[in-house]
Amino acid sequence: MAKHKFGSPEWTQALHDELNASQAYEDAAKNWEGDFYFIVEPEGPVTNAVYMYMDLWHGKSREAKIVQDPAEKNPAFVMSGKYGKWKQVVLAKLDPIQALMTGQLKLKGNMTMVMKNVKAAQEIVRACTRIETEFEI
Amino acid sequence: MWFFNSPQVVFGEGALSYLAQIHGARAYIITDDQMVRFGFVDLVQEQLTQANIETRVFAEVEPEPSLDTVRRGAALLREYEPDWVVGLGGGSPMDAAKAMWALYECPDLQPDCINPLEYLGLGKKARLITIATTSGTGAEVTWATVLSDPAENRKLGLGSRETLATIAIVDPIFAMKMPPRLTADTGLDALTHAIEGYTSSWRNDFSDGMCLKATDLIFKFLPRAYADGNDAEAREKMHNAAAIAGLGFINSLAALAHAMGHSFGGAFHVPHGRAVSLFLPYTMEFAANGGNYRYADLAHFIGLVSVAEPARPAPILGGGKMHGYIDLGQASPEQMTRCMIQAVRELETGLQSNTNAASLGIPRDDFARAMPTLLDHAENDTSITANSRVPERAELEKIFWYAYEGKPIDF
Repeated sequence: MAKHKFGSPEWTQALHDELNASQAYEDAAKNWEGDFYFIVEPEGPVTNAVYMYMDLWHGKSREAKIVQDPAEKNPAFVMSGKYGKWKQVVLAKLDPIQALMTGQLKLKGNMTMVMKNVKAAQEIVRACTRIETEFEI
Repeated sequence: MWFFNSPQVVFGEGALSYLAQIHGARAYIITDDQMVRFGFVDLVQEQLTQANIETRVFAEVEPEPSLDTVRRGAALLREYEPDWVVGLGGGSPMDAAKAMWALYECPDLQPDCINPLEYLGLGKKARLITIATTSGTGAEVTWATVLSDPAENRKLGLGSRETLATIAIVDPIFAMKMPPRLTADTGLDALTHAIEGYTSSWRNDFSDGMCLKATDLIFKFLPRAYADGNDAEAREKMHNAAAIAGLGFINSLAALAHAMGHSFGGAFHVPHGRAVSLFLPYTMEFAANGGNYRYADLAHFIGLVSVAEPARPAPILGGGKMHGYIDLGQASPEQMTRCMIQAVRELETGLQSNTNAASLGIPRDDFARAMPTLLDHAENDTSITANSRVPERAELEKIFWYAYEGKPIDF
């Protein structure tokens, strides 16, 4: 499997493919409706914010891409955090729910929806960890 | 980075009288009709009156409080404008009080939207006092809130660290009147908190000690409190144990037995403590089969090896019925883990608690029909997040069926 640079269009496409190939994600997110911005905030080697857009709908990823202008989309959910925190999450060194609860990652959107779909969030992270990922440092 | 959250805990005989020392103008007591009948509301009002605090009482919290009850109570709080909200009772009134307080402070908030990820800004209008009358939920010291959504026949595990009480009263006077069944159910709830808190993937140095101590107290004093409700020492120790277990698990999170128990309890209306403890030994086995042997620490701490009889083989490993007959020098963490699981089963059996779902009289067909919902709700319960071994859906279904039939988990 080819390695992809975290936050690149190829990495985003790989996550899209992982999710659409995952039965576990399809089952867990079958009631999920809502698109996302995953925002990687500049830190260390990452000097510009990265906006990863994903349209997640009933257990499938309908669209995934890097957006240059954040005004291009107005997603239902926005999850953001510094590059170093995302790296820890993708490497499975930081539990994303703990990261959210301690403010290391931030989430905006319909919290009722989030609280009822915990498993879907876990499956997204699992999909991330299956991608062969290269980091800036 | 993580937190350890705790209210000011006022505990021991006479702890209730601390209420006479607090400052304020108006308190709204959130409770249920049993607390009124037992005279517990009068006891609380007496102390608050001494502190020159006016009171009103909302005594309509039902078991497994619904979202609507919370909305109704919050509307009354907004009308009365108290500076103290007092949750008095078992888990249901205390959880309802937390949610009503949150809605009182944030009128635009929906109760099923209380979450640990957003800042709510509580504490501008009032503060919360919790007074536990059962020895199990630990709700007096936790920020977790379990509400029910009748429309979806579902229990919702909610919570925000901001809904933690300012003062938690842990006075054993309230526990003396619990009947044996309630004593067992609530005590086993506390045991589930302690064991899951010690073995969850979010466990930490601060919560570990709480969970160990609570487990020890429960093994020592729950059988006594169950056998003789007038055993004042056992009642006090169990009341303390429940709060200590609460502090343990809320700072490390409960796990799979809670996720399954919430789902199962919501579908079949089984009391919370009985539901979560029913699944506890099965989920311990599932975690142990994945290599989680932290249960061995618990076994050592509560002294399961103190009756070691090296002359005898370890029957626990061969399906024997008694725990503790293990040579201390030879017991591996895995053996001690199995020993601990067996000890939990024996404790539950001794308390005449249900050790499989079929024994609750649930027909097999009903259980099978409910299975998709049981799985959906358990998979999306927040408690599943911190389980050391997260089951796939097919594994979760197997655990449910093994727990229905009373079969030890062998996968």
